[in-house]
Amino acid sequence: MPKPVQPAALVRFLLIFAALIFLFLFLIVPLFAVFSEALKKGILVYIESVEDADALSAIRLTLLVAAISVSLNTIFGIATAWAITKFEFRGKNLLITLIDLPFAVSPVISGLIFVLLFGAQGILGPWLEAHDIKIIFAVPGMVLATVFVTFPFVVRELIPVMLAQGKQEEETALSLGAGGLQTFLRVTLPNIKWGLLYGVILCNARAMGEFGAVSVVSGHIRGMTNTIPLHVEILYNEYNFVAAFAVASILAVLAIITLIIKSLSEWKTKRLLEAAEEEQ
Amino acid sequence: MAKRLAKKSIIPGFGLTMGYTLVYLSLIVLIPLSLIFYKTASLSWKEYWDVVTDPRVIASYRLTFGASFVASVINAVFGTLIAWVLVRYDFIGKRLVDGIVDLPFALPTAVAGIALTSVYSDNGWIGKFLAPLGIKVAFTPLGVIVALTFIGFPFVVRTIQPVLQDLDHQLEEAAFSLGASRLQTFVRVLFPPLLPALLTGFALAFARALGEYGSVIFISGNMPMVTEVTPLLIVTKLEQYDYAGATAIASVVLIASFILLFIINCLQWVSGRRYFIG
Amino acid sequence: MKRLLMLLVSLSLVAGISGCGPSSGSGKNEVELLNVSYDPTREFYQDFNRQFAAYWKKKTGETVTIKQSHGGSGQQSRSVQDGLDADVVTLALSYDIDAIAKKGLISQDWQKRLPENSSPYTSAIVFLVRKGNPKGIKDWDDLVKPGISVITPNPKTSGGARWNYLAAWGYALKKNKGDQAKARDFVTRLYRNVPVLDSGARGATTTFVERGIGDVLLAWENEALLSQKEFGKDKFEIVYPSQSILAEPPVAVVDKVVDRHGTRKVAQAYLDYLYSDEGQEIAAKHFYRPRSPKVAAKYASQFPKIDLFTIDEVFGGWEKAQKTHFADGGIFDQIYQKK
Repeated sequence: MPKPVQPAALVRFLLIFAALIFLFLFLIVPLFAVFSEALKKGILVYIESVEDADALSAIRLTLLVAAISVSLNTIFGIATAWAITKFEFRGKNLLITLIDLPFAVSPVISGLIFVLLFGAQGILGPWLEAHDIKIIFAVPGMVLATVFVTFPFVVRELIPVMLAQGKQEEETALSLGAGGLQTFLRVTLPNIKWGLLYGVILCNARAMGEFGAVSVVSGHIRGMTNTIPLHVEILYNEYNFVAAFAVASILAVLAIITLIIKSLSEWKTKRLLEAAEEEQ
Repeated sequence: MAKRLAKKSIIPGFGLTMGYTLVYLSLIVLIPLSLIFYKTASLSWKEYWDVVTDPRVIASYRLTFGASFVASVINAVFGTLIAWVLVRYDFIGKRLVDGIVDLPFALPTAVAGIALTSVYSDNGWIGKFLAPLGIKVAFTPLGVIVALTFIGFPFVVRTIQPVLQDLDHQLEEAAFSLGASRLQTFVRVLFPPLLPALLTGFALAFARALGEYGSVIFISGNMPMVTEVTPLLIVTKLEQYDYAGATAIASVVLIASFILLFIINCLQWVSGRRYFIG
Repeated sequence: MKRLLMLLVSLSLVAGISGCGPSSGSGKNEVELLNVSYDPTREFYQDFNRQFAAYWKKKTGETVTIKQSHGGSGQQSRSVQDGLDADVVTLALSYDIDAIAKKGLISQDWQKRLPENSSPYTSAIVFLVRKGNPKGIKDWDDLVKPGISVITPNPKTSGGARWNYLAAWGYALKKNKGDQAKARDFVTRLYRNVPVLDSGARGATTTFVERGIGDVLLAWENEALLSQKEFGKDKFEIVYPSQSILAEPPVAVVDKVVDRHGTRKVAQAYLDYLYSDEGQEIAAKHFYRPRSPKVAAKYASQFPKIDLFTIDEVFGGWEKAQKTHFADGGIFDQIYQKK
């Protein structure tokens, strides 16, 4: 690894300082607010709220919905970023813009469109009812809404990375006789792994935290179709402030766990690289 | 058919990936979104016009688009800074900082809204120091900007970070050793390859801010004509079981953000091209 | 990375399959009910469901499991209209059940099927003030005085807030011998004193309690008592105005759903049980005013007597009140748009 250009210590200090001040005001103080509310009545009440059967079932459901949505969007993200960055075709900007759209749709509307499609008064509603298929107010509907809301994350994360990589490496591999899949796994994937990882992490965080859209399609049945954010909302609305924040802090903790996994994998690849260099 | 759209390339998989993209995009996004227009179509033109040009709705567009724009500009500036600091410098607690960047996505928006309000209201940890200066954050448009900055924050950082990580240090070193100043190096050498990612981050943060509901309603105070955001008016319509009115307002936001995003994406592609191909 | 991806994919497949499977494996002697309710009723129904299940088991030998769903009253109503399989609905205002009835899921005369307008328990709109009542707020007239800051949620998004608004309107109307213009002026002045319109009752309580904004919070009596319990009696006092509106949260069996599930008998019994002494007692324990005189007498100290008027008397029912006051372009909107 070549040494990066190091600006004078002062500039560096100022930049770090400015970044930390911003983070402090916008992220760290609110985060502390969440934990201080959660622990207001002591650690025992905190543990009690988190161990509540409904809370546990909400955690399970959240993990399930997030796992399905993230994997669907990851597959989509890789395929689409490949199509967009490795080929020239007309209407590319239009396609990218359409992919971005779910972000601009208000969460309430994101839920509502699925209700309009699959709900009892919706277009497919009567047919679904006749065949006894439940989509809305059940897990499939919640997955759909989450997939919709987190749709652009992985693709959008990959496009700039793949763009920056260019396509010479793939072309070289292919002209040397490597197969398409082989080229992807051996050449492309290692190059885009950081982008992919960030995309998956963001997608996952958002999938677990989504409230508005999921709220519309969930039906809020306790212990069955309540995700963590919905459970938090209900606790809050029934004047159970401490429990609400305790359960919310679980989401923060889950986010931090994904971070640790990310750091570990970063560290591990770094070590592997170093080991490879030493061997040489 | 799909093959003819693309210029000849030796890279395989265009038909497969493009076909899959289009099918998935249609099923998950386009067909459901078209229902907004389907439902809106039950209104006559006059009804539609009356709903979307109501003075209160117009005031809410102004707030929503204005606050979203300001918030995403703030995020673009500080997001770049933070991505830079995280990638290029080492300092104590860096890993932790790196981790909490994603926090705004993980926290349910309502919790974020309540936490921000409690921090920025006149008796809150930060609001306490701002109040004597005459700065009111909670329950004013400023509060809306704070909430929208919060929820869109990870976008810019996370789009710039991977590009910066992959960027070759040699370029900067070369520029540096050829006598370019630090600022010149940044503007001429580093900025161009970062621009597409920066624009992506900006566009995403902006789009996300336009639709945000959960966190904003707690900090905005929801005063008609002053601090009502457009998504709140959509919810108001739903409360009256007026689905068509709700989708009518949603359609306006959707079309406006589609146009804005399209422009940003074109810019991004142009800027990316100039650097990579030109 | 690859392995992680494989893991995710296989996980999602498993989840997809198990998620789609039918959830009802009920045997002959088991029956399931879904009660779709509004926000702060969870603890009440938790207690009530336990008692009812025991009662039903003893009476019929059947094991009944009651699932609960809680959310904003309007949103819950929309979910039921859109296909949420509620056997019974227990919402905050009859307008929200009327909306379900309009879709043909509940018979139009639902409100006459059970005693007392189908609302087994009631509440009233009261004032929550800070300890010692520093601004000396005694009645509605004190709320429109200059310099008083009133916290109440936005009636356009919160069902509870509509009760607050109508209570103020009704008071002014009665005081001014039915003069609508004066009532309107009174309510306009009241909302001039409102610095923040939260989207729900709970948000308004937070604004008042945690943010320290406002001199008085308009709230349902049961929620005022709940917040007193949560935040401490030494911090807030409840003031009972001379007159208030009788908040009647209604309940109904969803005909279409119970007929499909074959649960009409138990659903009906569930609602009837709300009117029994046991049911009334649980309601009173959770700060709802019981209808039964016997139980009411027992809890008389908890619920001071106030002069209560109903929405039907003063406004001719929810349908009409909603249209005049809260629909787009209605009086509430006019108050804010004129300036």
